Amino acid sequence: MCTVCGCTDGTPSTERATHDAESHARYYADMQDDFARRYHPHGHQGLQRSYHARDSHNHDHRFAHHQAHGGQALLSGGAGPAGLKVAGMSRERVIQIERDILGKNNGIAADNRALFVADDLLVFNLLSSPGAGKTTLLVRAVSELKRSRPVGVIEGDQQTSNDAERIRAAGVPSVQVNTGKSCHLDAAMIGEAYRRLPLLTGGILFIENVGNLICPAAFDLGEACKIVVLSITEGEDKPLKYPDMFAASSLMVINKIDLAPLLEFDLGKTIEYARRVNPKIDVLVVSARTGEGFGALYAWIDRQARHQRHVVEDTRR
Amino acid sequence: MHEMAICLGIIQIIEEEARHRSFSRVRSVCLEMGALSHAAPEAIRFCFAVVATRTVAEGAVLNIVELPGFVWCMSCSKSVEIARRGECCPRCGSYQLQVTAGEQMRVKELEID
Ligand SMILES: [Zn+2]
Repeated sequence: MCTVCGCTDGTPSTERATHDAESHARYYADMQDDFARRYHPHGHQGLQRSYHARDSHNHDHRFAHHQAHGGQALLSGGAGPAGLKVAGMSRERVIQIERDILGKNNGIAADNRALFVADDLLVFNLLSSPGAGKTTLLVRAVSELKRSRPVGVIEGDQQTSNDAERIRAAGVPSVQVNTGKSCHLDAAMIGEAYRRLPLLTGGILFIENVGNLICPAAFDLGEACKIVVLSITEGEDKPLKYPDMFAASSLMVINKIDLAPLLEFDLGKTIEYARRVNPKIDVLVVSARTGEGFGALYAWIDRQARHQRHVVEDTRR
Repeated sequence: MHEMAICLGIIQIIEEEARHRSFSRVRSVCLEMGALSHAAPEAIRFCFAVVATRTVAEGAVLNIVELPGFVWCMSCSKSVEIARRGECCPRCGSYQLQVTAGEQMRVKELEID
């Protein structure tokens, strides 16, 4: 089933660039129509408010939402005013669920993580906005890292398989996951893609996530850590604009530093902003084009590998 | 729009509960969302009705209880409330903060027929 819309024909495909974009476009159009025609849970007049825009609803959402709307929202069924349970008058039952919405993804991520540790594999989840230079950075890194250990890559992209081909040209096995309309990879996609890679025991697996600084932050894939790549052309305030991503990452790699003489870019400010949302984040400055800073990046990776080794030894003890 | 995927997760949870507890209609769904979680309540509201179509939750009212975000301020050695990541400690202005609460996204309860 498609993780975006739940349709059965649009399964996110591994190694298949033809995720049915057209049927998704239709599906979304239909959904919007349906929504406009049939759903308007707040009972306001007019459809333009159905999105429940922040500025049109300033009441306090910390309290039961429908009560603020005078109970019009609940379908009446023998109950008193909506939200009030009157003994003997209500047919409704309230059941406690208490389940994490991302529980399913997180469970699969935990399985992935256990598998990676069992296979003695260090896994990094790379994140950035489009155009930050993640693929160029990866091509350079895997070309050099493959000399000392097995290296593999899972490439996430909405439509194309261009990135996986660039990685393969560098002599490293790569599996492409096309996510279709979905804006992030999830743990199940990684579990499936991993089975298609050769065994990489004692090595490193890089996951290049979909270029997007919002959605991938929410989804644990089972990686050892997230690495956020930021290019100096993006401005200093990206960490403040997308705080969740920087909070979730262990390392911020600032790329395209070779362009610094051409741009007004305040490195100190960028680092300060990143540490406002994540006081513990490591920072490295590189140029994927010239190779500047890659020695420090490999040293950082080696430190993570040593840490991972302790984890592996602990689980085998 | 990962909110679409999150809403799909909500529906999956509801449908699993519907199978286990044998109910066929949900009147309302109560979610708990922390201020420091990875989704925007207004986007969840928008997506939920769409994703609920032709499920047991079709037409269900969505109630979102927004829970505050708390951090431990290392300068004050106190727990303080912040509205979003990137804000400073309201007492001392420090950014040396560790999130302690407000990251959850849960389906709390269902009102069923
Ligand atoms: Zn403080």
